Amino acid sequence: MSILFYISSAVAIAATIMVITRYHPIHALLYLVVSFLAIAMIFLSLGAPFVAVLEIILYAGAIVVLLIFVVMMLNLGKDTAMQEKLWLDPKTWIGPSILAVVLLAELVALLVKGTTNADIQVPVIEVKKISISLYREYIIAVELAGFLLMAGIVGAAHIGKHKQRYLHRFLQNSDGTINAEEMKTEKKEELINK
Amino acid sequence: MNNLLALIPTLPLTGFLVLSLAGRRLPKTIIAWIGAGTVCAAAIIAIIMVICFLQTPPVDNAYTQTLWQWIRTENFFCSISLRVDALSLIFVFIITFVGALIHVYSTAFMRQDRDYARFFACMNLFVFAMLLLVMADNLVLLYLGWEGVGLCSYLLIGFWYETPANCHAANKAFYVTRIGDTAMAIGLFMLFKELGTLNIPDILQQSPAHFITGSSNITLIALLLLIGGTGKSAQLPLQTWLPDAMAGPSPVSALIHAATMVTAGVYLIARMHVLFQLSPLIMNVTAIVGVLTLLVAGCSAMVQTDIKRILAYSTISQIGYMFLALGTGAWSAGIFHFFTHAFFKALLFLAAGAVIESLHHEHNIFKMGGLKNKMPVVFYTFLAGAAALSALPLVSAGFYSKDQILWYAWSANNGNEILWFAALAGAFITALYSTRLMLIVFWGEMKTPIGAYPSKLMTAPLVILAILSITAGFIEWPHNLMHVSLFSDLVEKVLPATVLKSTIPKEMVLQGIAGVVTLLGIYSGYALYYRYTAVIERWKQSRTKMRLRNFLFKGWAFDQLYDIVLVKPFVYITTINKSDIFDQLNKTIASFSQRLNQWLSVSQNGSLRWYIAGVLIGIIFILTLQLFL
Amino acid sequence: MSSFNAQSVLLVAAILFVLGLIGVLTRKNIIFILISIEIMLNAAGLAFVAAGSKWGQPDGQIMFLFILAMAASEISVALALVMQAHHQHKTLDVAKLTELKDEIEHAEM
Repeated sequence: MSILFYISSAVAIAATIMVITRYHPIHALLYLVVSFLAIAMIFLSLGAPFVAVLEIILYAGAIVVLLIFVVMMLNLGKDTAMQEKLWLDPKTWIGPSILAVVLLAELVALLVKGTTNADIQVPVIEVKKISISLYREYIIAVELAGFLLMAGIVGAAHIGKHKQRYLHRFLQNSDGTINAEEMKTEKKEELINK
Repeated sequence: MNNLLALIPTLPLTGFLVLSLAGRRLPKTIIAWIGAGTVCAAAIIAIIMVICFLQTPPVDNAYTQTLWQWIRTENFFCSISLRVDALSLIFVFIITFVGALIHVYSTAFMRQDRDYARFFACMNLFVFAMLLLVMADNLVLLYLGWEGVGLCSYLLIGFWYETPANCHAANKAFYVTRIGDTAMAIGLFMLFKELGTLNIPDILQQSPAHFITGSSNITLIALLLLIGGTGKSAQLPLQTWLPDAMAGPSPVSALIHAATMVTAGVYLIARMHVLFQLSPLIMNVTAIVGVLTLLVAGCSAMVQTDIKRILAYSTISQIGYMFLALGTGAWSAGIFHFFTHAFFKALLFLAAGAVIESLHHEHNIFKMGGLKNKMPVVFYTFLAGAAALSALPLVSAGFYSKDQILWYAWSANNGNEILWFAALAGAFITALYSTRLMLIVFWGEMKTPIGAYPSKLMTAPLVILAILSITAGFIEWPHNLMHVSLFSDLVEKVLPATVLKSTIPKEMVLQGIAGVVTLLGIYSGYALYYRYTAVIERWKQSRTKMRLRNFLFKGWAFDQLYDIVLVKPFVYITTINKSDIFDQLNKTIASFSQRLNQWLSVSQNGSLRWYIAGVLIGIIFILTLQLFL
Repeated sequence: MSSFNAQSVLLVAAILFVLGLIGVLTRKNIIFILISIEIMLNAAGLAFVAAGSKWGQPDGQIMFLFILAMAASEISVALALVMQAHHQHKTLDVAKLTELKDEIEHAEM
């Protein structure tokens, strides 16, 4: 089992490094999928099959796909790749990398300095245990997560809405042209001035 | 009788409250009745009290009434309590009686004024405060009355506030008397520190045991009280406010600045006589202050042209006589002079007010004249007052009191020939300027026609006061003429008897000299201003004499002196501090925080990566702390 | 079942987290920044699961569940914002979207 863990972690780290160094967004996203799959394997080796599957379904399956959709909708292709190539010069990433490496060093130091080696027993934690715990102790958190998701849906729907193309005839100008955006901002100004 | 004590000050107080709250809506007749009526009622009660006191003297020679507890702390205890002994009795009588006459006079005098109710409200408040002052049993209540009369003086001097000059005069009066008040307050603090009580009978009893005669602390206390007295009574060096205070209406000048408020200093010194007796140095200082004041003011009065200013300087001069008397140890003589002075000075001011009103607010005496036959009542009453002022021998009340003072100035234990001589010179000057006043105003040809004649309400008080100016002296004859000493018998229940020196000349001699000097003064006035007026014309040509005249006219240039010594440095300092150094301090703090904001705002540059980098640095910092601590 | 210590898992999580942090700090394109944030969230979740697995409790996995829910809603809202930003400002450069900058006002004293 530990072999599985070591190999998957190596794959995950390599994939992540590739994610952050790619120019083309789609390439980065594909490497991200690989990274998530590797992490799912790590979960499996930790004895958490439920979470591994969840990772694949939600993270790799939903979130990354959403990102891909947006990238395609915004048509971020070759131009973006060129742009990123220009932006990612050593001058840009030396400073933050050093800071981040310092952080890593500190985290490692904390970990090493910590308590004695805590071996993982690796009994597989069943789904049943998870669900009982979820609906007993964490019931309120479940409800709150529901609120959160609801807010997310409503927020995303509202923010992402484009303006109306075809307005009511009362909101059109006298000569039949549509001045929707200006109308909207005008109305907003009226409200503010009142 | 004890329980009626509180009624005397309360009646004017209710008058004040009613008139100040509802006065605008009342008709003028009601205002007049309330305003004058309360004081008249208080006067009637005061007269009853005097009669009772004289017939059957009360226990301990004083009526007392405690109203309620005022302050009660661990070390300090005082209550609103009134105490009327012989000294207070005289003052209460004068304040209420002369006050009542003046109120009646002013119902007619101020009739046309728009602020009728405000006038009477302030006058009633003044009478209340002054009564509180003289009837107080402890020094805290006395100080309350003291400040109250100062306030009312300010309100009434600036009564016609729309004229800026009146406001300046009121401010000046307030500031100058404030100096005295502060000194007095410090004196009260020191007294409390020494004796632990501010109750007057206790102080008078405990002081001889507590203080060593002539030691520095009692001298300091007495000096501070003296300064307080000089402030209120307009003596040197704080006398500059009284001539300007004539900006107020004539009844105000009569009541406050002639008869009563300016005598508050005299009352204080007489009341605290034990403290002053314990400090012979301060007694001498008092006498010297009195004598200098009377000379300075008398000389200034000789050359004034405004009728009220002459009377104002005359008041300063006469109070100088009272201070002289108190300083030489002639306590009853000083109070007697206060008694007679109240009558004739109030009379003079009221008559002057009548003259001013009749001549359409003309104040300059050189524009008056020839009123002798046209206004007979005013003329004869004014004559009685002027006679009393110059101390015309035997027929005027002023003679008896001033003669006593002159006698004691030489022969009292603390007296001195120099003091006597100076007081005598003052008497000469007094006679001179009173004659000058009479001659210029009433004789000669009429330069301003008479507008309106004074009404009965104005002339009746004049007549009463005139009669008193003549007869009030008869209650106290000099020792060698007749043995009538009703006044000093009364006063000496409270104040000590005057101790005479061992080797003194005969009283008759001094009396004769004083009488001759007075007559000489009157004759000089007659000569200079009626008969041989060319002499004055010749003097007007001489440059030095005119400069001397201007110097005296400006009141010996005290105003200019104070301007250079006190006012100009103060204004200079305030001009330097125009940008207000303490305000700059606050501004610096504000501008510093603004600068800080400007500097720190640089970090809010809107760049997301900078923000995250900032968070990262913070995390690293905390972790470092975690690792190394 | 072999056992390995929790520290190595946490070490892996730390490395992944720092890699995500580097991604956030160095990239200018919003999409890449969002991707890097996802990496960081994932790494945090890994740490949680590791801890839960060490103690044999399901709590670690439940925590990861909630992190997942939060990440999902966050990415959807974020992408909606990205769409709007692209539509209105025609750019996805974070350095150009600085309207929250603090304008220094020169107020008069």
